[in-house]
This record gives sequence, C-alpha cells and structure tokens, in this order.
Amino acid sequence: MKKLLVLTTALTGVGFAAHADITVLSWGGAYETSQVEGYNKPFTAATSTNVIMTAADNPAAPIKAMVEAGNVTVDVADVEYADAIRLCDEGLLETIDASTLPAAPDGTAATDDFLPGALTDCAVASIVFSTVFAYDSSKIPEGPTKISDFFDLEKFPGKRGLRKGAKANLEMALMADGVAAADVYAMLETPEGIDRAFAKLDTIKAETVWWEAGAQPPQLLADGEVAMTTAYNGRIFAAATAEAKPFVTVWDGQVYEYDMFVIPKGAPNLEGAMEYVKFATSTPQLAEQAKWISYGPARKSSAPLIGLFNDGKTEMAPFMPTSEANLTNALPSSYEFWADRDSELNERFNAWLAAN
Amino acid sequence: MADVTAQGMTTGDGRLTTTDGRPLKLALAHAQSRNRRRAFLLVAPLLLFIVVTFVLPIGQMLHEAVYNDEFSTHVPELKAWFDANPAAEPDEAAYAALVADFRVAAQERTIGKIGTRLNYDYPGVLSLVKSTGRAVKGMEPPFKDALIAEDERWADPQLWSVMREASSAYTASFMLAAVDLARDKDGAITRAPEERQVYVKLFIRTFVLSGLITLICLILGFPVAHLLATLPMRWSNVLMILVLLPFWTSLLVRTTSWMVLLQGQGVVNNSLVALGLLTDDGRLPMINNQIGTVVAMTHVLLPFMILPLYSVMRPIPPSYVRAARSLGATSWTAFRRVYLPQTLPGIGAGALLVFILAVGYYITPALVGGASGQLISNLIAFHMQDSLNWSLGAALSAILLVLVLVLYWLYDRIVGIDNLKLG
Repeated sequence: MKKLLVLTTALTGVGFAAHADITVLSWGGAYETSQVEGYNKPFTAATSTNVIMTAADNPAAPIKAMVEAGNVTVDVADVEYADAIRLCDEGLLETIDASTLPAAPDGTAATDDFLPGALTDCAVASIVFSTVFAYDSSKIPEGPTKISDFFDLEKFPGKRGLRKGAKANLEMALMADGVAAADVYAMLETPEGIDRAFAKLDTIKAETVWWEAGAQPPQLLADGEVAMTTAYNGRIFAAATAEAKPFVTVWDGQVYEYDMFVIPKGAPNLEGAMEYVKFATSTPQLAEQAKWISYGPARKSSAPLIGLFNDGKTEMAPFMPTSEANLTNALPSSYEFWADRDSELNERFNAWLAAN
Repeated sequence: MADVTAQGMTTGDGRLTTTDGRPLKLALAHAQSRNRRRAFLLVAPLLLFIVVTFVLPIGQMLHEAVYNDEFSTHVPELKAWFDANPAAEPDEAAYAALVADFRVAAQERTIGKIGTRLNYDYPGVLSLVKSTGRAVKGMEPPFKDALIAEDERWADPQLWSVMREASSAYTASFMLAAVDLARDKDGAITRAPEERQVYVKLFIRTFVLSGLITLICLILGFPVAHLLATLPMRWSNVLMILVLLPFWTSLLVRTTSWMVLLQGQGVVNNSLVALGLLTDDGRLPMINNQIGTVVAMTHVLLPFMILPLYSVMRPIPPSYVRAARSLGATSWTAFRRVYLPQTLPGIGAGALLVFILAVGYYITPALVGGASGQLISNLIAFHMQDSLNWSLGAALSAILLVLVLVLYWLYDRIVGIDNLKLG
C-alpha cells in the first residue's frame, strides 16, 4: 500500500512538472542559444517554469499538423511573419491581446512601443532578421559588394548557396537584375515579374547548392563548398564573431522581416505560453537577446539598451539589419505578398528546380 | 479417428457417439474449432499490429488522396446551391450564398482554409478570397455585381468550375494534379500549365535512377556474393563481416560519410588534386547532384543485393560447373548456361528488394541529391511537411504505391514470385 502511495505521488508529481513546463519550437543553432540566454534562463529564474527548446528547419510547418491532429506538443513557436498571418487566417493559432503586453520602462504602452506592424491578432514580433549574402574573405580577397555580384559568375566564379524555396530568392534576383527595392513586389505581382525573377535565378542555377536549415550556410562557407551564400544575418555574425571565421556580410539587397512568437491553438500549457510570450517580448529581454545574436529587437525601447556582444568587445549596432548603414539598398519583406502567394510560388519553384 | 471409435459407442440408429454420449461429428467439430480459435488467438496480436500500423494508415492515406473537405465544410450554402443546380451558370442566388458563407468564415477564421483549398487548383485565388472575406461584411445586394466590382475574377467560369469541383469532398483533382493534369473551365481534363509540370518528370526520374541503382548493385554485388559463397569458411566469414558492418551502421552516418568523401573540398577531390589528376579549379562535382544520389544509394542498398544472392549461391555445388567444363564448355558457357540460371532466384529477389527500396528512398537523396538528384519521395515529403497540401502528398504516394504493385505483378508474370528467394 505504502509503495503504491509513493508511486502514485511520484506520478502525480511528474504530471504536474510536465504540465508546468513549456515547450518552445524555434530554429536551432546560434539563434536558439540567444533565445535560451536572453529569454529562457531569466524566465525560469523569475517563474521557476522550465522551458524546453525544440528545433525545426521551419517551425511553421509542424503547427498545422499538430493542431489538425489534435496533438499539440508545443506551447510557443517562433515563425516568420507571413507564416504567422497564414496560420492565423486558417484558425490554427490562439489570439494574443496586444494590450496585455508589458509596457516599456518609461511607461509607453506596448502598442506604441513596438515597431510598426510588429503586433498582429495572433502574433508578437520579437526580432528583425534579415536574409543577406556572405562570402569567405580568405578565399575572395576583393569581395563582392553588390547583390548583382552574387549573380555574376564571370567576375566571381564558384558555387552559390541559396535557401531552397521561393521566398527572398525571387526578391534578391529582381534586385540583382536592377529592379529598385521599392518596385520589387509590384513587379512580382505580375506574371512577367515572376518570369523575370526565375530567369535571373536560371543564370546561377547550375552552380547553386540549396540549403534548408539556417545552420547550413555558415557550414557550406566554412567547408569551401560555396564561394558565397545567402544566409540569415545572425548566423553569419555568430560564425564570424564567436568562431572567428573570416566571413563578410554584404548588406546590399538584404531582405529583412520580423520573426514572431505565436501560440498554436490547443497548446498544452496556454497560460504558461502567454506568460512566456509577454516575458520574452518585454523591453529588457529583447535587449538581452540582442547581446547574443545580431537580430534587432522589435521594441523601440530595447534598442538603446543593446551594448556589446557577449565577448565584451564587439559593438552590436553595425551588425543589425536595421542599422542605418545597412539599409541603403534593403527590402522589407512583404508579409501580405508571401502569406497569399507562398504555396503557389513554391510549387512553381519546385517545378523550376526539377526541370533540367 | 480410430481412437475415438474405439472408445465411442454406437447409438440405436447407428450414429457414432463419444463416451459421454455426444454425436462424434459434433464433438470433433467442437474440438477443431477450439484449436482454430487458439491458433487465431496466437496470430491475433500480429494481425492486429498489421491492421493498426499498416492497413489503416495506408487506407487513410488512399482516402486522403481523393477526399478533402476543407472547402465544402466551410461553405454550406454554396455547396447547397451547387447540389441544387448541377451544371448551371452562377446566378444571383449563387453569389448570395457565397457572400453568406464568406461572412461566417471571416468571423470564424476559416477564410484562410477556404482560400488555401481553392488555391491548389486556381493559383493566386488565396489573396482574392482573403480580401473578399474582409469586404463581404459591408456588401449590399445585388451580390453578383458587388463581388464582380470587387474583383472581376469572381466572374471567371474557371474559378466557378474549381469551386464546383471543390464543393464535393470526394474529388479527383488531387490525383489529376499528381500526374500534371488539371480541369479547364468546362470540367474537361487538360495538361497543367508548363511551369507547373513536375510530377511526371520526377516519377520517371525516380524509376530510371532506381533501375540504374539496381543494375549497379547487381554488377557490384554478384562477384562479391560469388566470392562469399565459394571462399573457404574462414575467409568468407571475414568478408561477410565487411559486407554486414556497413549494413549495421546507421543510414545517416553512411550518407554523411559520403558527403565528406564526395564534396568539392572532400577526400576524393583532394586526393585527385594532390595526385595531379585534377587541377584545383577543375574539381569534380560529385555531390548535390544525381551522381551523389546514385553513389550513396548504391552503397546503402548493396547489402540487400548481396545477401539474397549469397544465400542462393551457397548451396550450388561447384561440381556442376566442373562437370560442364569437363564436357567441353568454355568457362563463359559454363557460367552462362549452368551457373547463372541457378542464381536467378537470388538475382530476382535482390533486384526486386533494391528497386522497391530505392523507389521510396527519401533521406539520402534529400541530403546528397541537390536539385537534380531529388526523387518523388522528396516532393511527397515537401507536401506533407512544408506546403501542407496533404491530399496532393497522399495522391502522389498512392500513385507510387500503385506503380510498385504493378511492377510486382509484372515480376510475378515474367519471373514468377515462387522463384523469389530471400535467404
């Protein structure tokens, strides 16, 4: 009897512990590290709730499967803007009331403190990240400086790395083809514009290595598999700064956007998930995370709090996608465009990829 | 039988009974049915396991390929109109039904599902559905004019044809899409636009590459199996371990090892450059293309060819070939007419095994195949995991399953499945 009692108590204990934990689905690698250091550890210290991190190539993908199968194992997911909109429109996410988010330290309401567009019905932006291209300066001393150089195989021979998908590739192709950043989406709305983007991609298709996970491009560069590759800017920064790789980021033609926290409908620990999102997107936490990776915080009040990288000597500001010098030829990714056209353009992209 | 009659008795009307007076026939049937029940109970766990883990999921997948209710359940009024008006042009009532459904859908956040389902068959309609979902709230009748004023695509007969098709949950449109076909505005079947054709090409590539891999496995595996079967036991055991060791190693480890070997700065290219056979700029592209897929998959699947071949070659007495030679056959004739025919069951089993495994291979081409080495399984994975168009993924899987079954049937007709020997 006593044994049984001990056993049931232990099981209930496990049950409670499991319930109190929250699971966060993110992108892995250096980005995950920044979230663990910036959000999770302080969150656990403040609320004694354990945070379990899991990773996916694109965390938006498993959410539909989980919600529709009625087996949601994730409380919070970190997804791209367009995916947050799309999932919200399909009724797969919990709504998040923006007015309940914590105000800035000076008392500014959250709705005014976040950058424009950073709050939607179902999602709260945490960071601004960017798709840029990068090269290894030890292999190309006189490196490329323009997005058009990425597509110039004569001037800069060698393999290219690109993300396997339509998003950001089409925009970069058009910008390399001489389209001004402001006109890119107007052009992509027309069939001719899409044809033009694919035609530009055609010029480097034979030399391209396709990557899927954000951790791959720095690896491809380090292995010498590619001469230059597109990548998420924080990954290149992490490899260059923390691992002292001679990687150089080219900001010309960067495509930047928000990354959002969302809560899948039916999250096992909804209350904990809400607490986590509020905590993680508060002013000090966003600033804290930015010390670990060069992604800009989505709150205005966080920006002045960012100082040095965790090595204690690298100034973060020049590596942020939103820093003035990096915005001379930059394109804010259109979530409206991609929320609506993603599946159709990816289908076209797959057909294009398979044709050779 | 003899025992029963010996101990049994005969009743007045001459029927045999057991000692306790029951008719013998009944008692025997009873005993046998108990045995059958017991036998069934013994296999029941396996049967249940197969039903739960194999028959049900595959059945569900086949069902998913022709069933999608993401549109039909969210537009009840429009569905009712379609059911009541087969083959009619959309009138004001149809547009009114559409507006009523969209109003509900916009409120319940299902408008995205409606748009996503239509978008599979009418690319670009997702944004139209969403913007219309926002606009219907303040719309006034007549709805037909209001909708067409909102966007003239609402007058497109092609769109209405797509909606009619989608309004019934059971649909062939995913099976059609899986073989690069589509319906035009009159519902007739046509080829999909050229820039969207991909699946037939990938099915062909999958089968061609699988055939090539099977052939290479046979050419490489046959001599190895022969050596294994004819060497003295002591040496053949050592050789066998060399075959089995990679077989027991994780698939991922073997695939990533090939990445290390084959990549531009990899072991093979570095060695060739160091030997002066290649210049530094002329490194061979052996990975992220079809070569990578074929090399890595051949290596991974080779044991599936060697093991059945070995099990068939082992019992072939060497005296047969010796007899043929002593009767004047050349070594080639002896091999071709005496040895080879006896190994056919092993060749058949190995080839079938390797081919069927290769057709469904996923991880290796995904890792080393680049763009040109992708197989149909990679696109099935794409639709299951990324685009979340499960019906299309299921339709592609169903076609793959049918093609494999057809091959199996052909094999049975030509070679005979009784000739298969797996070990």
